[in-house]
Amino acid sequence: MLAYVIRRLIAAVGLLFVVSVITFSIFYLVPRLAGVSAEGLASRYVGRTATAATVAATARRMGFDDPIYVQYGRFAKGIFVGEDIDLGAEKDHCPAPCLGYSFVTKQPVFPELVDRAKVTFSLAAGAAVIWVVFGIAVGVLSALRRGSLFDRAAMTVALAGVSLPVFWTGLIALTFFSYRWGLAPPGGTFVPFTQNPLSWAHALMLPWITLALLFSAQYARLTRAGMLETMGEDYIRTARAKGLPERKVVVKHGLRGALTPLLTIFGLDFGLLIGGAVLTESAFGLNGLGKYAVDGIRGNDLPKVMGVTLLAALFVALANLVVDLLYAVVDPRVRAK
Amino acid sequence: MTITTDERTHWSTPGAGPFLQVKDLQVHFPTDDGVVKSVDGLSFSVERGKTLGIVGESGSGKSVTSMSVMGLHKAGAAKISGQILLDGQDLVAASREEVRQLRGKRMAMIFQDPLSAMHPYYSVGNQIIEAYRVHNDVSKKQARAHAIEMLDRVGIPEPHSRVDSYPHQYSGGMRQRAMIAMALSCDPDLLIADEPTTALDVTVQAQILDLIRDLQKEFNSAVILITHDLGVVAELADHILVMYAGRGAEYGSAEQIFNDPEHPYTWGLLGSMPRMDRDRTERLMPIKGTPPSLINVPVGCAFSPRCAFEANTGGRARTERPELLDAGQAHLVACHLPQAQRLQIWRDEIAPKL
Amino acid sequence: MALTETTSGTADREAADLLTVSGLVKHFPIRKGVLQRQVAAVQAVDGLDFAVRQGETLSLVGESGCGKSTTGRLLTRLEEPTAGTITFEGRDISHLSEGQMRPLRRDIQMIFQDPYSSLNPRHTVGKIVGAPYRLQGVEPEGGVKKAVQAQLELVGLNPEHYNRYPHEFSGGQRQRIGIARTLALKPKLIVADEPVSALDVSIQAQVVNLLEDLQEELDLTYVFIAHDLSVVRHVSDRVAVMYLGKIVEIADRESLYSFPMHPYTVALMSAVPVPDTRRRTQRERIRLQGDVPSPINPPPACRFHTRCWKAQEVCRTEEPALVQLRRGHRVACHFPENLPLASPEA
Repeated sequence: MLAYVIRRLIAAVGLLFVVSVITFSIFYLVPRLAGVSAEGLASRYVGRTATAATVAATARRMGFDDPIYVQYGRFAKGIFVGEDIDLGAEKDHCPAPCLGYSFVTKQPVFPELVDRAKVTFSLAAGAAVIWVVFGIAVGVLSALRRGSLFDRAAMTVALAGVSLPVFWTGLIALTFFSYRWGLAPPGGTFVPFTQNPLSWAHALMLPWITLALLFSAQYARLTRAGMLETMGEDYIRTARAKGLPERKVVVKHGLRGALTPLLTIFGLDFGLLIGGAVLTESAFGLNGLGKYAVDGIRGNDLPKVMGVTLLAALFVALANLVVDLLYAVVDPRVRAK
Repeated sequence: MTITTDERTHWSTPGAGPFLQVKDLQVHFPTDDGVVKSVDGLSFSVERGKTLGIVGESGSGKSVTSMSVMGLHKAGAAKISGQILLDGQDLVAASREEVRQLRGKRMAMIFQDPLSAMHPYYSVGNQIIEAYRVHNDVSKKQARAHAIEMLDRVGIPEPHSRVDSYPHQYSGGMRQRAMIAMALSCDPDLLIADEPTTALDVTVQAQILDLIRDLQKEFNSAVILITHDLGVVAELADHILVMYAGRGAEYGSAEQIFNDPEHPYTWGLLGSMPRMDRDRTERLMPIKGTPPSLINVPVGCAFSPRCAFEANTGGRARTERPELLDAGQAHLVACHLPQAQRLQIWRDEIAPKL
Repeated sequence: MALTETTSGTADREAADLLTVSGLVKHFPIRKGVLQRQVAAVQAVDGLDFAVRQGETLSLVGESGCGKSTTGRLLTRLEEPTAGTITFEGRDISHLSEGQMRPLRRDIQMIFQDPYSSLNPRHTVGKIVGAPYRLQGVEPEGGVKKAVQAQLELVGLNPEHYNRYPHEFSGGQRQRIGIARTLALKPKLIVADEPVSALDVSIQAQVVNLLEDLQEELDLTYVFIAHDLSVVRHVSDRVAVMYLGKIVEIADRESLYSFPMHPYTVALMSAVPVPDTRRRTQRERIRLQGDVPSPINPPPACRFHTRCWKAQEVCRTEEPALVQLRRGHRVACHFPENLPLASPEA
């Protein structure tokens, strides 16, 4: 078991390393290979009005002429121990997880990321609770009453749910619930959980439901398929042969078997989502990581984009790690290996 | 099993009726291609302390029958008619909840593949405890003690520690023992064993058959042993029902079936299997053709298209369905051949070649 | 011993050896830990020596984990042996590459247990049975279709069913299709891995008879792998009993079934259920305790000693050699049963 945990940990760290190298290469190596000069890279750091001399000085100061592995080393060092950055006029210390400074705001990226992550995490976690509960419940009922009116209706709605884009459902929801009927606060509202949990939930209700609709549909379909498969297993027949009430057969024996594959998908979905729910955040004007990334891309603000990419990769890797460990808890056969 | 042949032919004990009686059972499954008549008019009975072997090939309806007795067919999927009387109570007419409460408590079942029949995520002990606690209002601790005792009785070594192991940590034979422990945990009056040794090695099969025999003596329950293997029923069964295409073809004591079989299908089964206890024959005598489709069961005798003696019935086999009738001494045969001819064919043509 | 040839029985060779195996070993590594180092191996096959004679049926029999199926896959070179040699018609084929094996696949064919999964459901019977011609680039006389129809007829299928799909056939018929496919290129050796155990009793007999007829008609040599001792007795000329990757006894059929010498063989035969109620009381049963140990960590010396009622100290320390104790009957046991009475030993 310990070896299993260690192996998973190493895999996660390896994944992060690879992602960081790829990200770094995309932002620093690929442009150079494509013919952009060191000055070309540096020009983004100094604004449009800078003279050629300032640009050249910046390029030298940022070390864009150094061999690429030296640059990567500096970048990695910044993440782990922080970095002293020569801003020309003054020197600034960028503390430990240093992901550089935004070109636009001139602020260190990491603290901004943390703020934004709180919003995205609130959004993702709330939506996840809704879609897991709702999706699994609908999926189980559908599987148990396969072919019934409920099943067909639920699967039709699910198909619609998967096909409807979030920005559309989001806008419809905002128009009716918030502006017409005043049941929900307008878009762009966010109250931190620590400040007032109730307002936090109230403000996020609409985005949660919108996002959850998309995922519930998917999870209902997956749960249904999984349940249909497990309910046909021999051990379900055994459970019935013992005289267990059908409820117990379904929940304790059927669902437990059907949920394991869902766990994998959930880990991946949740990890991806807290890396930025771009469409939902945009639709509801929430200042989350997704919106931060979009802003970064629009403003050609490289450090922002890189920061979000790395953070998203970290979340996906973490989520996968947690899933792998949960797998071992759920399935004793994994533990043995 | 010390009763002599003579006593055994008069198997119905006066006073107490058989513990399980199945009367004219029909189990039909409507499908898109037509109605699958898996069981179509089957009657038999089993007494406490006795073992009935049900023998047949795939599609003969033997497993469908056992699932019907246990009430394990999905509601709506199967159309069941006739009577299944468990200690006098009709299970076909009973509500699903009533049947559920009997399941595991008064009738229990063990299955072919013990690995897939146990839940991989729960420990063996956990699964036995669950079976016990459904029908007995006891604490977890008491149930656990009971589970350990059951594991000990079915011959699991070190039951105190093995109780917490998971099914995949058991060997094949141990798993089937654990399944038996689970089935017997509520001391049922009827145990249905559906191909209990088919997935096991020969030496382990012998152990499991011995175990079932010993436990039956101890628990005095009625046992239905379902198998395709005539050798396995010969080891355990007091009576044997040979099934073909959803109906009984022949029924009798084990001695009657093995020493004086009267149905051409039973002859076919005996001639198909190479035997360790006889001199090696040059050729096996297979039954020609393949089992019929249960959607379009042949008119008349379902076995007639494969029967070598069908011509001797004067066409009746192709038009009239033979009933399972007493041919004397509680030996029932569903065949149009005149009994004298059956006895003669067996004596002169079949038996010498086995 | 009364017999002079105590070595590997070279003198009692009645026909030429088509295939010989010596010191055959197959270990499947088990990897574990962070670095996925090999920590152990499944010793599926651990040192086999035997020969298959031209035109005979040699059966490999034993319980799960005895290595009989792995041996079959080694003989047909679906697996590469870890050690030892396999010689087919005088040629060492133990380590031939896929490409080098291809021409030999015409001569060595395999029949599998499961007639359901070994046929491609999307191909017609004609295509399945004709596949070997295409793979080998052989153009039979009169065209592939005619040849395939002849094969179908040979195995007792209707040649008009050429265009049907596997799902339209019953289990027994599907096994016939599988057999027709193996026969396409007139193989010399057929390795049949549990060819009848998935079939119903009445169908089993049909297929067993078919295999026997084909052997006579086409002068085939069979290696028959099975767990059913009754079927094995019926089809075999010689039988090798395997236990945990080793041959414990190999003998002519009559000799083996009349005078089983290895305690394991004796127990195995005693465990076979027989369709006769009289045997219930008459028969002296030998019941082995427990299951077969894991081939990952097999018991040392004689691998059967953990379940053997005759085991002594020497069985735990010294591995018995496979020696000839009767004409054409070799046994690996320190305390064999049914020894010939007039043993002039010592």
